[in-house]
Amino acid sequence: MTFSKPQKISFSIFVLTLISLYIVLPAKLGNFLIPRLNFKIGNLDFSKEIELKQGLDIKGGLQVVLNADMKDIAGSDRTSALESLKEVIGRRVDLFGVSESGVKTALSGNDYRLILELPGVTDPQQALSLIGQTAKMSFALPIYTPGKTASDAATLTGFNPTDLTGADLQRAQVTFESQDRSPAVSLTFKESGKNKFSKLTKDNIGKPIAILLDGYPITMPTVQAEIDSGSAVITGKFTTDEAKALSVQLNAGALPVPVTIISQKNIPATLGADSIKKSITAGAIGLSMVIFFMIAYYGKMGFIASIGLVLYGVFTLTLYKLIPVVLSLPGIAGFLLSVGMAVDSNILVFERYKEEIRAGRDWRVALELAFGRAWDSIKDANTATIITGLILFNPLDWSFLNTSGSVRGFALTLILGIFISLFTGIVVTRNLLRLFFKGKTNIQNK
Amino acid sequence: MRHISIYFFLSALIIIPGIYSLARYGVKPSIEFTGGSRFTLISVKSPADTILQSFKEYAPILESFDDTGLTIKSKEISQETVQKNLDLLKTTNPEIQLTNFETIGPALGKETIKKTVNALIIASVLLLAYISLAFKQLKYGICAVLAMFHDTIVLLGSFSLLGHFWGVEVDLLFVTAVLTILSFSVHDTIVVYDRIRELSHKNKNVDYVSLINQAVTETMARSLNNSLTIIFMLLAMFLMGGETTKYFSLALLIGTITGTYSSTFTAAPLLVVWDKYFGSNK
Repeated sequence: MTFSKPQKISFSIFVLTLISLYIVLPAKLGNFLIPRLNFKIGNLDFSKEIELKQGLDIKGGLQVVLNADMKDIAGSDRTSALESLKEVIGRRVDLFGVSESGVKTALSGNDYRLILELPGVTDPQQALSLIGQTAKMSFALPIYTPGKTASDAATLTGFNPTDLTGADLQRAQVTFESQDRSPAVSLTFKESGKNKFSKLTKDNIGKPIAILLDGYPITMPTVQAEIDSGSAVITGKFTTDEAKALSVQLNAGALPVPVTIISQKNIPATLGADSIKKSITAGAIGLSMVIFFMIAYYGKMGFIASIGLVLYGVFTLTLYKLIPVVLSLPGIAGFLLSVGMAVDSNILVFERYKEEIRAGRDWRVALELAFGRAWDSIKDANTATIITGLILFNPLDWSFLNTSGSVRGFALTLILGIFISLFTGIVVTRNLLRLFFKGKTNIQNK
Repeated sequence: MRHISIYFFLSALIIIPGIYSLARYGVKPSIEFTGGSRFTLISVKSPADTILQSFKEYAPILESFDDTGLTIKSKEISQETVQKNLDLLKTTNPEIQLTNFETIGPALGKETIKKTVNALIIASVLLLAYISLAFKQLKYGICAVLAMFHDTIVLLGSFSLLGHFWGVEVDLLFVTAVLTILSFSVHDTIVVYDRIRELSHKNKNVDYVSLINQAVTETMARSLNNSLTIIFMLLAMFLMGGETTKYFSLALLIGTITGTYSSTFTAAPLLVVWDKYFGSNK
């Protein structure tokens, strides 16, 4: 038994739908448990339910834009100073233990900015006072308390501060050792730090020195010899990435950047939950109206288009979960809007079909012609939408265009919507029509 | 196109009050553009005036005061300052609390306006170029973009009126809606132009104006149906959706309706006018 091409394609669509449903549906539907499959692709664990990522405006939380004051930093050092700042602030944010927090750097003209997103933070005041501090770096001597018995190792119990601080450090850089090309981090001290460091190393040969950032040790190299040249190298079994990370942290102390809040938004979580509920109701009603209209106006064809529309919804949500698309409220609006647009190509085709029938063609011919001939306008019309979608999404991060998260969220759902609706509107509906649709046979064939 | 003057008159009927309102009142920009702060207080016992008084250095404006709380819009203020003022108010309002707080620096606001203008210009130029290329004649591009400006002005005018009479603000989402509407407007126009293109290949001997007439009649139903499904979704979102995206949906709704009208009754007639003044090529 052989299968026709539409049958094969429809079968593939059916399989795709099953996979999508598995991803989209919650693991527990009422009393019914959907068995989970045990396999992984990359970071995606299919044995668990994949969550829809919710934006800050839905989950609630704190969004802050910080402006970094770079007036004391030399132009060439500014980019690395911003990276260091991101590192420092990222670590402070981690102290809050908020999941999925985000720290992003943004350059706008001559302004260096950090955008923080802290979902679920309920005390923004406290968070801001901690985050907004300028990084403090100091050199200190670790204090070890000997163990109770001789066999117990000594434990680190505290630090004795020294007079050497981050302000004495010129900068840190990744270097490579001349002998074995292994990565290391070089420190260059300012004039003010040269003597302090020389004295510190002289007094502590063979002992470790701790470098503290915001009170936490980031590295504890052991002094090999007295260094009076004002430049030192920290060696160790670093990978290049580790050396880089350490230099970024050290630079946070060497290139301290004061920050000011230029925008802040506290969003209570209840607002989002309420909006979601309303959006779902609105979406359900809108969808039923569209389906009702399609069936009332186009009959059987409209019914098949409605199946395509439901599949559109399923496929879209699947992609949202897989990519993942962070769903904000404007993003949801974009998705609902795209549902209304998804039947566009169907309508163009169906109207064309009616015309071809009126022109006296047999329904089979009319159907194929309609899909072929409607394609030109479908293609041009959707390209126009993609153009504006891309301007809103700003994929190359151009600083003269918008970079706001909510606008991008909307644009992304719009662009995805167009591609998926072309698939469901053209490929899926066409094959379903070929298989299940039977028009009236035209008697007056030309 | 016998009724060209009627179509243009109808457009003018909508556009002129909008332009008047835009010139006279402008739009009401949100703090995203002007910079400033907005915050909501709950468990307020004192009358609103007392609360406003305590923030008087920051030019507070009362936005709303109901069961859910009291919302104030003011000049840029830090959360710390709000908190300090609240502590002073605690004697008369023991449970007063800050729930929503939003602040945007003025520099950021100016930047957003600049970026918005950039996006609008780039979108217009790209769409002009794309349509001119797709239809191989500049006039299609220009007329489609003119119809698109028609829709933009209707939308801006409506929000100017809404802002003046009901205090509706224009925010970043509104801008997003405007850009989306640019593409919707062009979307419908392309469907009509596409039919003109197809007909002109088929019937070489028919004059251009009757070609346009035929194309408009033939595409009327699909233009309307195309937009109807979108209008269904937007209407549901506007009437039943969440507060945050309510006016966003309304902006899209107004834009979709005028976009549907303009593709048939502005974009196509413009081609006729173009043909009349700049020679008659088929």
